[in-house]
Amino acid sequence: MRYSGLRVFTQGLLGNTGWKPAWRKPAPKAEYDVVIIGGGGHGLATAYYLAKKHGITNVAVLERGYLGGGNIGRNTTIVRANYFLPGNSEFYSHSLKLWEGLEADLNYNTMHSQRGLINLFHSDGQRDAFARRGNAMLAQGDDAVLLSREEVREKLPYLDYEQARFPIYGGLYHPRGGTARHDAVAWGYARGADQRGVDLIENCAVTGIDIAGGKVTGVQTTRGAIRAKKVAMVVAGRSSQVAEMAGMRLPIESHVLQAFVTEGLKPVINHVVSFGMGHFYISQSDKGGLVFGGDLDFYASYAARGNLPRVEQVMEAGMTLMPMIGRAKILRSWGGIMDMSPDGSPIIDRTDIDGLFVNCGWNYGGFKAVPASGDSLAHLLATGRPLEVAKGFRLDRFRTGRGLMDEEGTGSQHNLH
Amino acid sequence: MRIDCPYCGARDLREYTYGGAAAYLQRPEAEAEAAADDAAWDAYLHLRDNPAGRTRDLWFHEPCATWLEVERDTVSHEIFATRALAGVRT
Amino acid sequence: MSTRPRSQSHRIPGRGLIDRTKPLRFQFDGRSYEGFAGDTLASALLANGVRLMGRSFKYHRPRGVLTAGSEEPNALVTVLEDGQHTPNIRATMQELYAGLNARSQNRWPSLGFDAMAVNDYASPFLSAGFYYKTFMWPRAFWERLYEPVIRRAAGLGALSGVADTAVYEKAFAHCDLLVIGAGPSGLIAALSAGRAGADVILVEEDRRLGGRLLADQPLIDGKSGVAWAEGIAEELASLPNVRVMTRTTVTGAYDGGTYGALERVGLHLAPRAELPRECFWRITARRTVLSAGALERPIAHPDNDRPGVMLASGLRAYVARWGVNPGPVVVFSTNDSGLEAARALTRMGVEVAAYVDPRAVPVVEEFPVYAKAQVVGTQGRLGLKTAAIQHAGGISQVDARVLALAGGWNPSVHLACHMNGRPAWSEKIAGFVPVADMVPGMAAAGAASGVFSTAGCLADGLKAARAALDDLGIAAPDVPLPLAEDAPYAIAPLWAVDAGGRAWLDFANDVTTKDVALAAQEGFASVEHMKRYTTQGMAPDQGKSSNVGALAVLAEASGQSIPATGTTTFRPPFVPVSIAALGAGGRGEGFAPRRLLTSDAQSRAMGAPMIEAGLWYRPSYYPREGEADWRAACDREVQMVRKYVGITEVGTLGKIDVQGTDTARFLDFVYSNMMSTLKVGRARYGLMLREDGFVMDDGTCARMSDTHYVVTTTTAAAGLVMRHMEFAHQAFCANLNVRFTSVTETWAQFAIAGPRAAEVLATVCEAPELPFMGCAELEIGGIAGRIFRISFSGEMGYEVAVPTRYGADLFAHLVRAAEALGGGAYGMEALNVLRIEKGFLTHAELDGRVTAEDIGLGRMVSAKKDCIGKGASQRPELVAAGRAQLVGLLPVDPAHEISAGAHLYASDAKPLRENGQGYVTSVGPSPTLGQWIGLGFVVNGRKRHGEVLRLYDGLRGRDVPVQLVDPVFYDPEGGRMRG
Repeated sequence: MRYSGLRVFTQGLLGNTGWKPAWRKPAPKAEYDVVIIGGGGHGLATAYYLAKKHGITNVAVLERGYLGGGNIGRNTTIVRANYFLPGNSEFYSHSLKLWEGLEADLNYNTMHSQRGLINLFHSDGQRDAFARRGNAMLAQGDDAVLLSREEVREKLPYLDYEQARFPIYGGLYHPRGGTARHDAVAWGYARGADQRGVDLIENCAVTGIDIAGGKVTGVQTTRGAIRAKKVAMVVAGRSSQVAEMAGMRLPIESHVLQAFVTEGLKPVINHVVSFGMGHFYISQSDKGGLVFGGDLDFYASYAARGNLPRVEQVMEAGMTLMPMIGRAKILRSWGGIMDMSPDGSPIIDRTDIDGLFVNCGWNYGGFKAVPASGDSLAHLLATGRPLEVAKGFRLDRFRTGRGLMDEEGTGSQHNLH
Repeated sequence: MRIDCPYCGARDLREYTYGGAAAYLQRPEAEAEAAADDAAWDAYLHLRDNPAGRTRDLWFHEPCATWLEVERDTVSHEIFATRALAGVRT
Repeated sequence: MSTRPRSQSHRIPGRGLIDRTKPLRFQFDGRSYEGFAGDTLASALLANGVRLMGRSFKYHRPRGVLTAGSEEPNALVTVLEDGQHTPNIRATMQELYAGLNARSQNRWPSLGFDAMAVNDYASPFLSAGFYYKTFMWPRAFWERLYEPVIRRAAGLGALSGVADTAVYEKAFAHCDLLVIGAGPSGLIAALSAGRAGADVILVEEDRRLGGRLLADQPLIDGKSGVAWAEGIAEELASLPNVRVMTRTTVTGAYDGGTYGALERVGLHLAPRAELPRECFWRITARRTVLSAGALERPIAHPDNDRPGVMLASGLRAYVARWGVNPGPVVVFSTNDSGLEAARALTRMGVEVAAYVDPRAVPVVEEFPVYAKAQVVGTQGRLGLKTAAIQHAGGISQVDARVLALAGGWNPSVHLACHMNGRPAWSEKIAGFVPVADMVPGMAAAGAASGVFSTAGCLADGLKAARAALDDLGIAAPDVPLPLAEDAPYAIAPLWAVDAGGRAWLDFANDVTTKDVALAAQEGFASVEHMKRYTTQGMAPDQGKSSNVGALAVLAEASGQSIPATGTTTFRPPFVPVSIAALGAGGRGEGFAPRRLLTSDAQSRAMGAPMIEAGLWYRPSYYPREGEADWRAACDREVQMVRKYVGITEVGTLGKIDVQGTDTARFLDFVYSNMMSTLKVGRARYGLMLREDGFVMDDGTCARMSDTHYVVTTTTAAAGLVMRHMEFAHQAFCANLNVRFTSVTETWAQFAIAGPRAAEVLATVCEAPELPFMGCAELEIGGIAGRIFRISFSGEMGYEVAVPTRYGADLFAHLVRAAEALGGGAYGMEALNVLRIEKGFLTHAELDGRVTAEDIGLGRMVSAKKDCIGKGASQRPELVAAGRAQLVGLLPVDPAHEISAGAHLYASDAKPLRENGQGYVTSVGPSPTLGQWIGLGFVVNGRKRHGEVLRLYDGLRGRDVPVQLVDPVFYDPEGGRMRG
C-alpha cells in the first residue's frame, strides 16, 4: 500500500478503516537463503537492500522482541557525516547520501531534518583538531564550515558566551547534519523489506548457530530450527552472546549510554549542538522535547539503564553551555547497550566460519550508519566482496594493526571511545 | 552504584574509574614467539567474553589510589565481591 | 489586563485545610483572582469557578484540571517572574503565593479562542502516525515548510530564552530506612522505625503529611484522619533520628540503594534571590518502604476530556481539602471507591446529580443511581454542561458542571520498576502491583502494593517497617495497629465505552481509543510499537493516568490478555525534574574546577590573556606597550629567549614522585626506554606507551637518589599517567617496592630559558655546576628546592622548583632578574613557537594514534627489556612501511602563512581523500627563521625531505606549496641547549 497525502485524506474520510498492516507477521519457514539475526535498524536495512539491490528475497530477519526495539528505538537521532579518518569518512558520507534519498526510497517519512550540526571548540588546539576533521570532510566531498565565535553566536545566541567555564572559540558547522525520527527508520525499512518478500519474524530468539564442517547451516530458535545458507549476526550490544553460539570471541565490550528528553517546548534549539569539552550534545525533536546525551557510564553493562553521576554531569554540562535550558524539565531518561569496539569504529566482515557474517562495533554512532551499514552488509552477503566504502571495517584489523580507525585517539580500551 | 573499597568501605560510583575487564590481568609473556604473539596480544587487548551476567572487572578507587577487581553482574548491577589487586597493605 | 477581582464564588463555607484568614491575590491569564493560603493554583481557580485551564497538545481541545496531584496531564501553565518564566508547571502542584502570576500555554490568541483548535476538526486526517505517510514531496519542503509548521504547532510551554541564573542546590543524605510517601502506610512505617531508633528519612511530595487521609478524611482511632496524621507528624518531628522531607518527590531508584529526590525548596514562595528554587537529593538507604499510594484512572468514553471532567479522587480532594464547591456532579464509576466518593460528596453538601455504574449496584442511595449504565457523551465547549447517560431506559442528558471518573486505581509501582523489574497483573484490583525484590532493599506497602482500605494500609505499613527493621538488625517496637475503616474494594473494569466518537486515553498527548485501535490494525500491536506509533504515554505525565487503560484497549484490539500484552518500561524520573536542579552548580565556571598557576595573579596583572589548558589557565603572552597584537608579543618573546632569557611557569606539567628500592626496575617497565641506567643527579627524556603499542605520553625522569625519581607528564595526561602507573604496579608487579605520589600541586616550577639563564639563576641560588640533563636538590632563597637543567626551548636553560607557596615570590623575582638582562616573562604562544622550532612534541602530535617509530623515536623502545606496549607495538602493520611520519613543513614562499588542521597532497593532486598524503599538526610564526613553520605527518615522510607538497586548508581558503624538511628547524646539533 503506497502512502501519500491523498491517501491520508481519503482514508480520513473513510474513518481510517482501510489502512493495512505495515508488515506481515509470517511464521518462520524451514529454510532461507539468508537469515539475519537481529531486527534492529541494521538488520532491517540489510534485509531491505538484499531484496532491493540484489534481488535476494528468500530472507528472514529474526528478532527476539519487537522490530526496532534496540538502539534504533533508543538514541538521540543524530545523522551526520563528519568523520575524519579514511575508512570512516567514505562510509558515513555514503550513508548520508542514502539518508538524503531515504524517504522517497522507502515511501515512508523518516522526518530526516538537515538542520545543521555545530561542534563547538574551546581552544586553539581544539580548533586545529576540528580543522583537520573539517578538511577531511571537504576532501570526502561533504560539507564543513569553520565558524568564528561571532558566527556561532549568530546561529546559537543562547549559549553562554560570557561566563561558561570553557569559552567558545568557534565551531565546526556541518550544514547537512541533522536528525531523523528514529522509530520511523526501523518501520520504513521493515515495511520496505516486507513488501519485497522478506519474512520479519518477531518474538523469535536465536538459541544456537548450527555449524557443520566449518560452515554455517542454520540457526536454532525459540520458534524452531531454521536452515540457512548464510547467517548474519546483526545484534549490536548483544553481539558477544550471539557470537559465543558460534564459538567466537569478539573485540566488543557492551556499555551503557544514557540519553534524556524533556517535556515538550516551543522551538528554541534549531540545530544539533555538540559540546565536546562537556561530552554533551543536544537537539530539539519535532514534538518539542529537548533530546540530549553525554558520555558512557563507563562500566560494562547490559542493564539498559544508568546511574546518577552521569545524569548529573550531563545536566551540569548543559547548564554551563546553555543556561537558558535550566527550566526545561527532564521527562524521561534511558540507557542503551552500546557495542564498543577497540578503536571506536565498526566491523562488517565475514568470519572464519564459512557463511557466517558479523556486523557490530557501532559504539554510540550506529543510528546514522543504518543505511550504509545495511547496504554494505547486503553487498557482502550477496557478492562475497565488501562494498568499497566499507572495506576498512575488517575484523582482523586489531590483530594486524592495519587500518585502525581510532577517531578519539584513546587506544584499545573499549569504553574510552 | 556503590562499590566496597577494602580501605574506605562502600563508596559511590563517582569515586571510581573503570578499567575494563579483569582479563587485563593476564598479560602475555614478553618472550613469546612472534607469530603467536600477534594472536596473544589481540586476545589480550581486544577480545572479550563480555558476559551478560556475572563478570569480573577492574576499578580504580581514586581517593585512595587502589585498583580493585570487582565481581559483579552486568545485567542487575549487583556487586558480589571486591578485592584489591595488590592485596590489602597494612 | 487586570479586571475587577471576583469573589471565591465556588467555596463551601467552613470546609477545607486552607487558611481563610490569609487571602492571597494572584493572576491567571492577566486576570486577577483571590485564593487562600493552603490553595494550589488549581484549587484556587476552581474556587473562582474557572474550569478551563489549558489546551491539549495536538487538537488544542479546551481542557480543565483532571487530578489534584503531580500526575496532572491537562492543567499545565507557565509561571511568570520578572524577566524569567517557567513553562509546564502543573497547576495542581503550584502552591498559591501572593502575586503568583500564571499564564495558560499552547494556545493562540487566547485560551478561550484558540485558532489551532482547527486541528480538532481535521482530526480524521491526523490519526495515529499520519505524518509517517505524507509530507514527503517535494523533498526540500520538509525543512522549509512542513517541519517548521509542525514544530511551531507542537510543544507545550515556551522557554524564555534567558539564562536561568536562579539558585539550585544538590545534596547527599544517608539513612537506614527511606520511606517514600506519607499516607497511612508511610506514616506508620516511619513512626515504627523512628521509635526503634533507626535513621529514618520520610519523603512526601505534598506540603503536608497524610496522603489520601487529607482528601478522604476517614476516621482512625475515632478521630479524623487529618488529626491522626497531624499527631504522627508531631511525634516524628520530635524524634532526632527521623528526617521528614515534605515538598519532596523521589524521582528515581538507582543501584546500591541510591535514590534521586527533588525538593521544591522555594517554589511555593514568590521568587527570592537567596532561596534555592529546588534541591536535588541523592539519598542512599539501606532499606526502603515504597508507600507512594495509588493513582486513580479515568474511563475512556466519548468526549471525556472537557473542562469539568475530573477524576473522582481529584474532585474529592478539591471539595474536602480545599473547600471547593464544584456544582452539580455526575460520578461515573466502575468500582466501590467511586461509589464511596459519591457518598462523601453528598455528605459534604455537593449535589450528586447522578451516579453511573456499569455494575449492578444497589440503587438506594441519597442520589440518583444509574446501575448497569454508562456515560456515552458530554456537551459544553469550554466547560461541561451535560453528560449523556445510557441505561436500561435509554439515554438521559443530565446537567452537571463536573463529571467525576472513577475507573479504578493503579498502584504507584513506578519506582519499583526503575531497575527493569516488571510488575505483576492483579485481577483482583485490575491493576499492576509490584513483586518482591524488583529493587533490592525495597518493599512496597499500602496502596502502592494494591491494598486500598485505610486499615489495610496501616497494617501493611507496620508489616513493611517490621520486616525492614528485622533486616537491619534493629528490634521493632510495639506499635499498636490503629482502628480504621476496612471497606472491601470491588471493581468490574470498564476501560472504554464503545459508543462511537472519540474517547480519550492519553489526555496530554491527545491519544484516543481509535488511535490505539488503528495502531493494532496497522500491525503496531506490541505495546512498545503502539506507544511509539501513537505517542501514548510519552507526554509530560508519562501516561500515569492512561497507560493501563491504553494497554487494556490494545489487549482487546489484538485479542490478548492484559498481562500477555505487557507494559512499557518505567523510566526515571517519576516526575519531570528541571535541568537546573539536576545540573545545580554547573552553570558558568562551576562546571569544572579551575586550576591556577602560582603566577596567575601576576600574569593577569601584567595584562596576559589567560587561556585554558585542560583545567589550567596559562598566560598566552605578556603584551608590552606599542605591540599591535599577539603576534608582535610572541615574536618579541621568542627572540628574547633566543637572545637573552625568558621566564615561564611550567607547573601545569604533571609531577609524580616515585620512591622505593625497586623504583628503577619499575620505571623500566612503564617507560619504553631505560631508566634504571640513569645516574643519580641526571634526568632523561622518557617515552611511555599504551599497552596497545601507541605513544601515551612523554616527559622527563630525574633521579634524585638511588631510590627516588621525579617524573613529569604532559599537562593533559597527568591523571591518566598516575592511574596507569598505579595499575602497572598493582596489577603486574605488586611485589616491587615502589610508591607514587602526585606532587603536581606541591611544587611550583619555572623555566629559565636563554643564553643568560645562568645569570638569572645566580640571583636566587648558588647553583652547582650542572651538566645538560643534570638535576639536584638545593636551597633557593633559603627554601629547599630542586633544579633541573632541561630545556623545552632549545636554549641553555633550567627549570627550578620550590614548594607551591613560594611560587609567586619566586616568579616575581625571576621576571625582575630576567628583565634586568633584557629578558622577561614569556607565554604559551612563544613557548609553542620555540618548541616547534626545535621539533619538540605536544599532544597535537602525540594524538593517541602515533607510534614511537612514527615520530622518529623508534630507537627509544629498548630492545633490552620488556615494557608496557612493547609487545603490541610489534604488530606487523605497526612496523610496516607506509605509515605517516613526523616531518617539518616550510612554506616554499616565506611570505605564506600555513595552518594546523590542513591536509597535504601531491603538488598536482586534487584535494580528495584518496589523494591524501598527510596533515598538519602544529604551526607557528618563527621570528628565528623569519617565516611560518609547521609540523605534520606525511606517508613515509622521513624519506621525503626536500619534496614539495600541496598544503590545502579548504576551511580557511588556503592552498600553499610546502617543502618537507627535518622537524628540527633550529640548532639541530643541540649545541645551544647543551651550552
